Amino acid sequence: MTLDHTHEVPGGAAWSAPVRAGRTITLTALADGANATMLIIGADRLDRLNIPDTLKSQMSARIKPGMVLMSDRGLALATVTASTLDWHDCLTGALPDQLLLLELTKHGFGEPDLHACINFFSKVSVADDPRASLTYVTDHAHTGDTVTLRADQDLLIFLSTASHALSDGPSASVAVRLETPDHTPDPELREEAIRALRLTRELIA
Amino acid sequence: MTITSTTSTTVALDTVVEAGDGALVTVPSGGRLQIVDLHGNQAVDTLFYDAHDIDNRYSAFDTIREQRAVFLTTGSRLVSTRLDELAVITDDTCGRHDTVGGACSQESNVIRYGEFTRHQHACRQTFLRYGAKAGIGQRQLTHNVNFFMNVPVTSSGGLTFEDGLSAPGKYVEITASRDLFVLISNCPQVNNPCNGWDPTPIQLLGRW
Repeated sequence: MTLDHTHEVPGGAAWSAPVRAGRTITLTALADGANATMLIIGADRLDRLNIPDTLKSQMSARIKPGMVLMSDRGLALATVTASTLDWHDCLTGALPDQLLLLELTKHGFGEPDLHACINFFSKVSVADDPRASLTYVTDHAHTGDTVTLRADQDLLIFLSTASHALSDGPSASVAVRLETPDHTPDPELREEAIRALRLTRELIA
Repeated sequence: MTITSTTSTTVALDTVVEAGDGALVTVPSGGRLQIVDLHGNQAVDTLFYDAHDIDNRYSAFDTIREQRAVFLTTGSRLVSTRLDELAVITDDTCGRHDTVGGACSQESNVIRYGEFTRHQHACRQTFLRYGAKAGIGQRQLTHNVNFFMNVPVTSSGGLTFEDGLSAPGKYVEITASRDLFVLISNCPQVNNPCNGWDPTPIQLLGRW
């Protein structure tokens, strides 16, 4: 029997965990302005979250519910099944983060694995000007906001709760909850996302 | 910046990269590399690595954050995951370039367009083939610049691939801030408008 796991990651910390296929990961902001930077690496320890592929396949410049997080090799890593927020930043990366790098190192990874990340709970707005200028949105996430991912294959997740790189505010704690539901139905998905899920289920999940 | 020889006009490199082919170019610190879109609307997928430490490599999203804007153009500093400046765009007759859209791969083509694209040629095949001699393998591949490619990102959070803004003879010039490996895939994609549905050759002109 798999037990649920809950953990509070304090602000300015980093954490990592293996997550088996089918489990769900729920992050909860424990203060206004929280940020949870996440890297994901797939079951084979090479196939990483690929933000450009995730965005262009689903015609989005943000992460929101109803998106599949795709890997370098076109497989589904996780599905965003629910969130109280419809915009999680994935365009502005993270500052060099020694604690996050240490978490990678614990699992045998390192600097070459610093692929693009998601900054859950953060929003950086895009202006309709010639260069698509960016502005950090200060009043986006609030205490209690959540996002839930369903692992679509065995994963390693890496989490940093450092403040967003463009935020002046303090870092905030984020709660993590891992659960093992019998079945988590697919949210409404684009056909590209459905193809990624089907291939993943055919090949490895 | 450590640019030392921007006044040099010696043409050290002058080559045409055919449609769908690639190149690995070593550009010394201060060297200027011009990429010329010979026939217009041709995406040129490009990666940058510190030639003495390939783990110090281009970071698309750190570059975007540091300049507080999505599109690249003259003045854009191309930074690494360590936030070192690898290169600067010092001239640009096209106007803007993408670094959000990444490179096509056989696997992402299948997801986007369907199983019939599985064995079409793709940029990440080219990256792996030309990167090998510099030690650049799958782990070292990262999210690239797409010179001449038009990927509008909107205030509502949308993203699309559109017809290019480029035209025959438009060029971009990159000046190296340190010794660099520049890994290029002249994109073979035929399933979206990024190459005007018709991949064409580009010219590389290096002065150092």
